[in-house]
Amino acid sequence: MIQNDMSRRRLLGLGLGLGAAASLTLAGCGGGDDSASGPAAGNGGKEYTGPKVDLKLWNGFTGGDGEIFKALVNQFNTEHQNIAVSVATYQWEDYYNKLPGAASSGNGPDIAVMHMDQLATFAARGVISELDDVAKNLELSEADFAPTVWQGGLYNNKRYGIPLDMHPLGFYYNKAVMQQAGLDPNKPPTTKDDFTAALVEFKKAGVQGFWISPFQFTGGMTFYSLLNQWGGTLFDADVAKATFNSDPAVEACTWLVDMIRQGHSPANVGQDAEYLAFKSGKNAFTFNGIWQINDLKKSPEVQWGVAPLPQIGSKKATWANSHNFTIVKQKANNANKIAGSKVFINWLSQHSLDWAKGGQIPARKAVRESAEFKALPEISVLAPELEYAAFPPAAPGLGEVITTFYNSFNEAALGKKTPKQALDDGVAKANRQLEDNRKKYGS
Amino acid sequence: MADVIEVGAARGDAPPPAAKAARRAASAGRTRRATPYLFLAPYLVLFGVFGLLPIILGVWLSVHQWDFQLPNRPFVGLDNYKELFSSDSAVYGDWWESVRATAIFTVLSVPLLVVVPLGLALLLNRSFPGRTFFRAVYFAPYVLGVAVIGLLWRFLLDANLGLVNRLLGVVGLPSDTPWVTNMPWAWISLVGVTVWWTSGFNAVIYLAGLQDISPELYEAARMDGANAWQRFRSVTLPGLRPVLLFVITTTVLASANMFGQSFLITQGTPGTETRTVVWFIVEEGLRDNDAGRAAAMSIVFALMLAVVSLANFRLFRYKED
Repeated sequence: MIQNDMSRRRLLGLGLGLGAAASLTLAGCGGGDDSASGPAAGNGGKEYTGPKVDLKLWNGFTGGDGEIFKALVNQFNTEHQNIAVSVATYQWEDYYNKLPGAASSGNGPDIAVMHMDQLATFAARGVISELDDVAKNLELSEADFAPTVWQGGLYNNKRYGIPLDMHPLGFYYNKAVMQQAGLDPNKPPTTKDDFTAALVEFKKAGVQGFWISPFQFTGGMTFYSLLNQWGGTLFDADVAKATFNSDPAVEACTWLVDMIRQGHSPANVGQDAEYLAFKSGKNAFTFNGIWQINDLKKSPEVQWGVAPLPQIGSKKATWANSHNFTIVKQKANNANKIAGSKVFINWLSQHSLDWAKGGQIPARKAVRESAEFKALPEISVLAPELEYAAFPPAAPGLGEVITTFYNSFNEAALGKKTPKQALDDGVAKANRQLEDNRKKYGS
Repeated sequence: MADVIEVGAARGDAPPPAAKAARRAASAGRTRRATPYLFLAPYLVLFGVFGLLPIILGVWLSVHQWDFQLPNRPFVGLDNYKELFSSDSAVYGDWWESVRATAIFTVLSVPLLVVVPLGLALLLNRSFPGRTFFRAVYFAPYVLGVAVIGLLWRFLLDANLGLVNRLLGVVGLPSDTPWVTNMPWAWISLVGVTVWWTSGFNAVIYLAGLQDISPELYEAARMDGANAWQRFRSVTLPGLRPVLLFVITTTVLASANMFGQSFLITQGTPGTETRTVVWFIVEEGLRDNDAGRAAAMSIVFALMLAVVSLANFRLFRYKED
């Protein structure tokens, strides 16, 4: 108890008060009685027959997906008389800052939704619990999911996340602009040659067809995809050294920077400008997240289509991330709450078709292969990307290292450095950061 | 004298009632002595909890490798400080780049934020129709939050889609200036937006100062045949000296603590050239969970600002002599 009070005060000691903010916000949420741990009623998520439990769930679904998520939770609550789930939603960034402090002070949620690339960090820092028994008791295995997503939930060979969905980059094309340039608006290019040939046509029609943003959203993620398409990686197999200055990486980066040099993209594209330009017909092709589908659907005046990323490099690959359910470690273990949480996770995973309507590809294979899912054309068209999606490796503390990667691309795309120079400098810094992480997490 | 006699009398022969009175007087004295502390107590408690304690804990954190989630938070002595000054550490480059960014922003913005509002205040201090309206207009941006002005200007200044470049193109000026993504434009934008945003506040302070200068002084100066510039130099400026000291000191500190504008408008670009010290400390402490290192940075930064503020005060005291 003292330990935890101290850590809250120590957070305040930073003068940033975030920990306090988190606990204040949560004070209103109430909570069940942690002490009343009745009979351990549960079998890893199949069903729950114990006394009534109140569960707190945190997520970062602040967009249109939030409404769908809440509706699903309400449905779950009406179907389960002895489990009551209450949802709190934060901006992802705030969320990840708040969660550790809240969890260690006993004010954290029972269930937390988390991006795949955060799992290792939160597992190493002892915020979330192992879920191997859930997977085993629910008879969930790699065959039920795509291998890329299933394996992403592992850290040190232990399962920490049950994947809910995955969200890759998609290739958005503006049909009106394609028509204007004399291209078939229903046949988006799928190869490098087709892609670059189309860009030449756009140029003739006076359109800069492929705007390259220097920022993580979306230029950095585009580079991430292409680097993998060229056969490069961000890190070596042990995540001991950064490798994003390899020859394939430099080639992929150069190809993107050349888009600007050759006038297919304006220089100095601002944050979101490539997407705004796409919507207003100034840009023809853009690689952006699957989450933009719902936004585009709200703009009926834009004629658009979406397809998997074209293969520009030597193989198919795309940036992707995945939402996972995790169970947060509690100070006082309440077996009933944990059992209830598992039931919830299992239930929502099975209902991920409804979740797909929020603009995500369900992680469960059965749902992906259902006719209902195929009836969501824009989203299901991106489902094949799951097989070759490039997820970041599972290692704790990678957040800042990946930021270094994106910053290197920023310098190259803004012409501050040559691609080679920018990536070399980035790798040098990333290696020092990895070294720091090894010291810190003792791996 | 009378006091002494009275006191002597009270002390000399003290009958029981007088002793009571003395005791009462003494206890009243104690209460009287306690009164200021009672009034100060609420502030002292707040200052202790939110000022003093964090400083002490900050120093303590800065000599540990401190991640509040990890079980072992080893004592590392001055390592967190040393790595800020040794070029082979992981943070050295980023740290000094952020110090440089903060220094550039402060040096560019403070003179403008001191002079422009002064000019504004002098204008708004004259009486002319619609004066209150203009006072409100110039103060208005200050009311907006940094998130609002940040997003607003990011769209206005966008190199390819923004209104600013569009308007420049209409009047025949270059219309592809990278206002928020390249140098030196990024600094020009950040300083320009900050001046637009916060000038109103300093102008209000100056206005209050101007209204405190006695009109007789201006009258006397006029009688002596002083022209407008001479009146400004010999009456206005000296009259504003305490206000100027306040404005300069707070503006230097505010500029040195800049975070939101570059976070939202330039997002640190190009590369991380416009990432300021405060932003970097937040990243280290909260995103990367290196509270020890962030605390060391905060302390080094606080010392830097203390030196600058001291120099400020010295400068003004020197002038007064």
